[in-house]
Amino acid sequence: MKSRFVLAALAGVLMSGTAYATDVKIGVMNDRSGIYADIGGEGSVIAARLAVEDFDAASKGINVEIVSADHQNKPDVGSNIARQWYDTEGVDVIADVPTSSVALAINEITREKNKIFLNSGAATSDLTGAACSPNTVHWTYDTWQLAHGTGSAMVENGGKTWFFLTADYAFGHALERDTSAVVKEAGGEVIGSVKTPFPGTDFSSFLLQAQASGAQVIGLANAGGDTVNSMKQAAEFGITQAGQAIAGLLVFINDVHSLGLDVAQGLVLTESFYWDMNDGTREWSARFEEQTGNKPSMIQAGVYGAVLHYLKAVEAVGNKETEAVMAKMKEMPTDDPLFGKGVVRQDGRKIHDSYLFRVKTPDKSEGEWDLYETVATIPAEKAFRPIEEGGCEFVK
Amino acid sequence: MFELLGIPPQALFGQLLLGLINGSFYAILSLGLAVIFGLLNIINFTHGAQYMLGAFVTWMLLNYLGVNYWWSLLIAPVAVGITGVILERLFIRRLYHLDHLYGLLLTFGLALITTGIFKQIFGVSGLPYQAPPLLSGGHNLGFMYLPNSRAWVIIASAVVCLATWFVIEKTKLGAYLRAATENPTLVGAFGVNVPLMITLTYGFGVALAGFAGVLAAPIYAINPVMGENLIIVVFAVVVIGGMGSILGSIVTGFGLGLIEGLTRVFYPEGSAVVIFVIMALVLLVKPAGLFGRTA
Repeated sequence: MKSRFVLAALAGVLMSGTAYATDVKIGVMNDRSGIYADIGGEGSVIAARLAVEDFDAASKGINVEIVSADHQNKPDVGSNIARQWYDTEGVDVIADVPTSSVALAINEITREKNKIFLNSGAATSDLTGAACSPNTVHWTYDTWQLAHGTGSAMVENGGKTWFFLTADYAFGHALERDTSAVVKEAGGEVIGSVKTPFPGTDFSSFLLQAQASGAQVIGLANAGGDTVNSMKQAAEFGITQAGQAIAGLLVFINDVHSLGLDVAQGLVLTESFYWDMNDGTREWSARFEEQTGNKPSMIQAGVYGAVLHYLKAVEAVGNKETEAVMAKMKEMPTDDPLFGKGVVRQDGRKIHDSYLFRVKTPDKSEGEWDLYETVATIPAEKAFRPIEEGGCEFVK
Repeated sequence: MFELLGIPPQALFGQLLLGLINGSFYAILSLGLAVIFGLLNIINFTHGAQYMLGAFVTWMLLNYLGVNYWWSLLIAPVAVGITGVILERLFIRRLYHLDHLYGLLLTFGLALITTGIFKQIFGVSGLPYQAPPLLSGGHNLGFMYLPNSRAWVIIASAVVCLATWFVIEKTKLGAYLRAATENPTLVGAFGVNVPLMITLTYGFGVALAGFAGVLAAPIYAINPVMGENLIIVVFAVVVIGGMGSILGSIVTGFGLGLIEGLTRVFYPEGSAVVIFVIMALVLLVKPAGLFGRTA
């Protein structure tokens, strides 16, 4: 009884000491149990915690609480969580949210509730295009960037005719659309595509259709387990050996790790982040690996970068008022050890360098996670869709 | 060259063959379910998890113990079968006198737990498995390139399915089994150890799932959710074939694989639902399934 009284008194003293503190609640929402759990999942929550730790929020008068939830890749589940978080649980910011269909739903709800959405996990470029919102920052990557990175590189290397295997939902469609545009612009031709049920297990039928089309490049507009299965089966059916090239349009390091270098070697892909780029990324990734057992994906790295930038903005503004913080995030240049220096554009698009990687051959790899070699660095100003081409309403 | 609805015949043959390969997985998995349901009256929802277990055991055998694929074909199903026997002894046998629903709930829960544990340990991205040298290559059949690993799946699954059917329908052991499900007390009175037989039958059904898992290891991504995606389709196959019908599950397994394969050519978007549409139609016309004995 006595000790409880002392505790209460102590708490009272502490609270009065930080009377002017800002309380911030960040909800990390992603797939925690399904096919995208490894690229986001608990790893994204840990990345957000590392951001809070590195920012040293407590000493700057910002109390950060992090909560998390599983949206199961379903827009309705995600929407319910978002409403509950915003309406009754006092969440100020939702972070991560992979799976484009869910991200688009959260994008709308966040705008309606006038909160902040820091997206790292979703791919669709519509988040800063047709569906853009003044309350959203799209941090890590998008379909336009992937399409231009990998698509242009393949066409330049002689891959003029394309056939797409497209995951049959918002993300796959956006990725196919954006890549087709790049291919045509570069003088290539799209000779066919097939929409595959999501998530799928057997892709051999679709791969055979792609093979029969005679296209030089088979574009995989899918992600996660779908990509792993299609790549594994493309190797099995001797498609690459027969001369057709595979373009993995959204491949994460976890996918390559899962495929193994024997199957994945030579694959060209675009990412915004790789753990082994410089001392900053290596040091942070080692800390991340200590807690998760894996190297971070670019999505997890993006959650770190976005949360860190948000906290800096809250500190600069002095409160968490949405308009002011959003304006500050866009005004203040970004700087973190993982993505280097960059900016958040008016339409919410975060701009940074993008990298074209090639998966190493087994004999060149020196460790379990030594998987990529850099082919090219696409400078920030060229890596993302120009703001005037996105069709974002409020920046016109 | 004649064309059928704009699809060249080579492509069509290729797709039919692929459908047959997928059908092999459906057949072998639904066979296990049918054996278990037919003899134990348990709707085994852990089947997908046990299939996943087969693939993971194969991976572990290679990576931890250096045991190759061919030995895994034997060891992994036995290992998975043993986990099934333990499960039956500990949990499932307590439910025989209750409604189907209890067995379904129990096995569904066990499936969720097993999948959850594997997700926790291995993550969901999956693990790489290199096909053995003999299965790595392939043959050009003229109309398509057939990887050896796929050809092997058809052969292995056809042999196992036929052998199972033969044992249950044509041998004395099978007769005991069928009699024991009909009237366990009477068969027990003849000196047959009925509980042991039931346990081993469950173990065998589970081993079939494990065997399918071994076949899948070099072909599909090995991850904890690999069974979840497949099991619902397999249940539809069992329902279409007729719950508990051995021959029905084999024939419908291969047949639906073919139909699904064709759908992938003509209307790819529909390939995920075609089996369920057929299931609905069959249930409307023949509620007991195509090969079901009683209504």
